[in-house]
Amino acid sequence: MADAFVEVDDVDLAYDEVSGNAIEDVSLSMQEHEFIAMVGPSGCGKSTFMKLCSGLRRPNKGHVTVEGRDVSGPLKIVGMAFQNATLLPWRTTLDNVLLPLEIVQPYRSNFKQKREEYAERAKALLRSVGLDGYEDRFPWELSGGMQQRVSICRALVHEPKLLLLDEPFASLDAFTREELWCILRDLWMLKRFTVVLVTHDLREATFLADTVYVMSKRPGKILAKRSIDLPRPRELEVTYSDKFAGIVLELREHIGRIRKA
Amino acid sequence: MAKQRRLEKYSSWIVLAAILVIWELICRVFHVSDFIFPAPSAILVSLRQYAGPITQHALQTFWSTMAGFALGVAVGMLLGFLVGSSRLMYTALYPLMVGFNSIPKSAFVPVLVVWFGIGTVPAVLTAFVICFFPITVNVATGLATIEPELEDVLRALGANRMDVLIKVGLPRSMPYFFASLKVAITLAFVGSVVSETIAANEGIGYLMMSAGSQMRMPLVFAGLIVISIMAMAMYAVFAVLERRMTGWATRGMDARA
Repeated sequence: MADAFVEVDDVDLAYDEVSGNAIEDVSLSMQEHEFIAMVGPSGCGKSTFMKLCSGLRRPNKGHVTVEGRDVSGPLKIVGMAFQNATLLPWRTTLDNVLLPLEIVQPYRSNFKQKREEYAERAKALLRSVGLDGYEDRFPWELSGGMQQRVSICRALVHEPKLLLLDEPFASLDAFTREELWCILRDLWMLKRFTVVLVTHDLREATFLADTVYVMSKRPGKILAKRSIDLPRPRELEVTYSDKFAGIVLELREHIGRIRKA
Repeated sequence: MAKQRRLEKYSSWIVLAAILVIWELICRVFHVSDFIFPAPSAILVSLRQYAGPITQHALQTFWSTMAGFALGVAVGMLLGFLVGSSRLMYTALYPLMVGFNSIPKSAFVPVLVVWFGIGTVPAVLTAFVICFFPITVNVATGLATIEPELEDVLRALGANRMDVLIKVGLPRSMPYFFASLKVAITLAFVGSVVSETIAANEGIGYLMMSAGSQMRMPLVFAGLIVISIMAMAMYAVFAVLERRMTGWATRGMDARA
């Protein structure tokens, strides 16, 4: 597929010679606007995969191309969010969201002149995740779910083409998590960025993604690819349907086999 | 409740007053000689009698200390920045610095005297060498403990080392820095006074030394008290500054309380 947005071709990556490959023989391709999820047991190299996509790491073997170009350094078109919100406690919510614009071009060079405009944009983003009126609060004054929403806004403020999420909802309670699924779904429907979501939660993967990849234990290989053909837009009710349960069960069986092996 | 809180607020003053009263009583009841252990009242008399010279020497000590402290802050921050921002620098410099820091600074004073002669310079330098280390360690710690995820977020956007240090590292190390200032300022007083007792003809240290050799113990104690008041006052200044500058690090508790 020549028109793939992200193309990972037969990639190995080892952090050092001692520990061996973190991921091995990984190949996949992503279309622009696609939402993919990576699931697998702990330590299977899902986060490593994210580092490859963002250009933070280069593969030992194989190629990663994004938009048809070989990835050789930080891409600057990605946004990232992690399990911990990693907000800066000395900055207000608004200033935290604005942080990427102080770093990445072309915003960086005109940040001072256009600060008002960018602040408006950040506020609009915060409004869209239900954080209206929290712009001047500090991170420690927000709940865990709110912090995670701010973290996602920070990942999106520079309008990245590729959003990388590393277990972003793992430390939240079940209800907050489902609320944030819907927020992410709505943002994605609206802005149509490409998403890589790394998660342990099979329901989360099934509910959100177009395609789910199952990875093996270390060294991580892709064992299965499952297209999720549930119609969009998906409402939370769909997670209680038989079809949904069937898909989750199927993914679970893959994981079960890995754990036994 | 209100009463309890008022008690808490004044508790350190009450303890101080109690100690002074007991001290005074012991001296009077057992007729302790002023040459050995002067009573608070005798110290107070001495403080008033020699108020002029004491002020003069105290100012000398104060300015030596502040000069040494300022040097210590500048050098301490610079070294902390170097050591905290690069693994190579850390490995290369840290053991040396620990070694240097374990030298008793009073042992260093004679060396300084040979180099710079008796007087203000050794006092300033002793204050400096004694107080830069905690600042270095704290700034370095703040810089070295940036969350790797946060660094990834910024690096993926094309941030260079400097960006990460300025946007994240420095603000992050500020609470450590201000906490270390409180330690450093009191240490700086130790340094300058020690140096003055050994080799100076000005300053509180010198005043106490010469008063001691003349067996004027109330004056010696008066000197001690003046040093402690100066050091405590400066400590309070930096404690306030810390709260003002890095309220976020204490989760805004102080701001609201």
